[in-house]
Amino acid sequence: MGITGYVLKRLISLAITLLGVSVIVFLLVHLSPGDPIRIMLGEQARPEDVQRLTELYGFDEPLPVQYVRWMAAAVQGDLGDSIRSGTPVIELVAQRLPATIELAVVALILAVVIGIPLGVLAAVTRNSPIDLASMGLALVGVAAPNFWIGLILLSTVASNVGWIPAFGRGPGVVEAFGAGLTEFRWGPLLDAGRHLLLPSLAIGTSIMAIITRMTRSSLLEVLGLDYVRTARAKGVRRAVVTVRHALRNAILPVVTVVGLQFGFLLGGAIVTETVFAWPGIGRLIVDSIAQRDFPVVQGSILMLAVVFVFVNLLVDLSYGLINPRIRYD
Amino acid sequence: MTDAAPSGPDTSATARSGAPSSPRRRLLRRLLRNPNVLVGGVLIVLFVVVAAFAPWLTPMDPYAQDLWTRYEPPRGLWVDGALNTEFVLGADALGRDILSRLIVGTRVSLLVGFLATSLSLVFGMVLGAVAGYLGGLVDDVIMRIMDVLLALPGILLAIAIVAALGPNIVNAMLAIAVVRIPTMARVVRSEVLALREQEFVESARALGGGHVHILVRHVITNAWAPALVLATLGMGTAIVAEAALSFLGLGTQPPDVSWGRMLSVGREVIRTSPHVTLFPGVAITLTVLAFSLLGDGLRDVFDRRLKDGS
Repeated sequence: MGITGYVLKRLISLAITLLGVSVIVFLLVHLSPGDPIRIMLGEQARPEDVQRLTELYGFDEPLPVQYVRWMAAAVQGDLGDSIRSGTPVIELVAQRLPATIELAVVALILAVVIGIPLGVLAAVTRNSPIDLASMGLALVGVAAPNFWIGLILLSTVASNVGWIPAFGRGPGVVEAFGAGLTEFRWGPLLDAGRHLLLPSLAIGTSIMAIITRMTRSSLLEVLGLDYVRTARAKGVRRAVVTVRHALRNAILPVVTVVGLQFGFLLGGAIVTETVFAWPGIGRLIVDSIAQRDFPVVQGSILMLAVVFVFVNLLVDLSYGLINPRIRYD
Repeated sequence: MTDAAPSGPDTSATARSGAPSSPRRRLLRRLLRNPNVLVGGVLIVLFVVVAAFAPWLTPMDPYAQDLWTRYEPPRGLWVDGALNTEFVLGADALGRDILSRLIVGTRVSLLVGFLATSLSLVFGMVLGAVAGYLGGLVDDVIMRIMDVLLALPGILLAIAIVAALGPNIVNAMLAIAVVRIPTMARVVRSEVLALREQEFVESARALGGGHVHILVRHVITNAWAPALVLATLGMGTAIVAEAALSFLGLGTQPPDVSWGRMLSVGREVIRTSPHVTLFPGVAITLTVLAFSLLGDGLRDVFDRRLKDGS
């Protein structure tokens, strides 16, 4: 089967999966205790008002009817309105989702930019104090919960370094980058960066640790191969052999891991966003659960699942580009 | 960590002297020789002992509040040339001793981790074994449901489940278990798919063994090794998940103590009194580290065992 057939097959199975997700999300939200209307209007609400709003939101109809109505609207981009603010859910998601994706992408970039050189350094200085230190760091990095790392970064870095803010998000990176390119104003990008630094470090640490470990072991394996020895024997400098000959071949398993971890990053962002008051979709979900804002909870979880499965599909497909030996079936 | 695996054939003293060495004893010896298993195992035993004897180990009353010692900084073990047991790691917002609360919190973290992992192990093994063994429509349906559960980031699914069931520690435990089931089922299923074609399963079938008999007696008993490794590694994930849920206010509720709950309490004063947050996080990290070391070690040992066919 060619790549088109494979993509088609995956898309169909993806649609079925998302349908299943929508059923689960819908059931979870609607089986949860507490009447949202009553919570919204408070204890003193008049019964007729409760009745009126319940009918308005369609909460009095049987669950299957409510589900079908919700899904029919959802596929047209209408996820309902927030009970709290009246804002369309799709608008809230559109505001918040880019912030979460931005955070996850920057975290991934940081993890790669720091993790790969650290792994190379550990491999070429095998069993030295540097190697031991980076492996120890990697062990702790995988084990420590990312929201706790966030808290520690807050107490150590944000309290002592004036220009690093503890909370909130600056301008969006994409817009800020645009402003830099078109108007030569780089201030917004710097502002975005200093806001992003701590949360993305917190979320990226565990993946950075995994990347460091994998780069090290993969590079060590390749460095022991014959062609590397041949290159060295021919008189090619050690640094050149390590980077140009060995690292190139050692990087593939690392890329595989990086891809698999992107979804994990989205999950990590959910909890860590609350630490840094990051206005992402994770905080939106957590806040809406606390406020029993049903439409927002189910809409944003569904949208996050859509992003999640699409990212995983893209990652799968990109392996074929990196490694031509992979065959789709 | 795989490079820590011992290499070379097993030429232990008993094997050389010709004395009978049962596979079980050989396995035990290999386990004890693996540094990851040793370090992880010792740490875990330590944590379990702390959890089991928590009420007798706390230097102070973990629930006693004292306004005069709010956010007391850590005093350390040695004060004025004498052993100190008061506020060794400082006190929290209500003046409660952090060390004592850490010790009591070990119980919740380990228990929730253990129960959630055991539940996911049982359900994951059964679902994976049935799917892999029966194949066909049953396999399709079970694995499709597992795919759906895997289509959400784990922590998000856990949050959604707890939100639906109501925020408390039992529901948090159930949610973590549900989240862990699909991974377990997948691994067991792939193991069973390979086992199903083995001769001993075929001969059991030829001898007239029923499905349930073959599944329990021959398939599951041979698929437990990878499941056990996954469960050990999963303990760490479960403990972090409990901490995350409690941190968000969806897990342990006051007055109960858990490490995640302690983190969430310390969050507001992270700049002024970081010690309130520091120590529970260290405890979580150490526990997760111990389980991942043990899991990695077990995998090394079992991989070798599977390769050796012993």
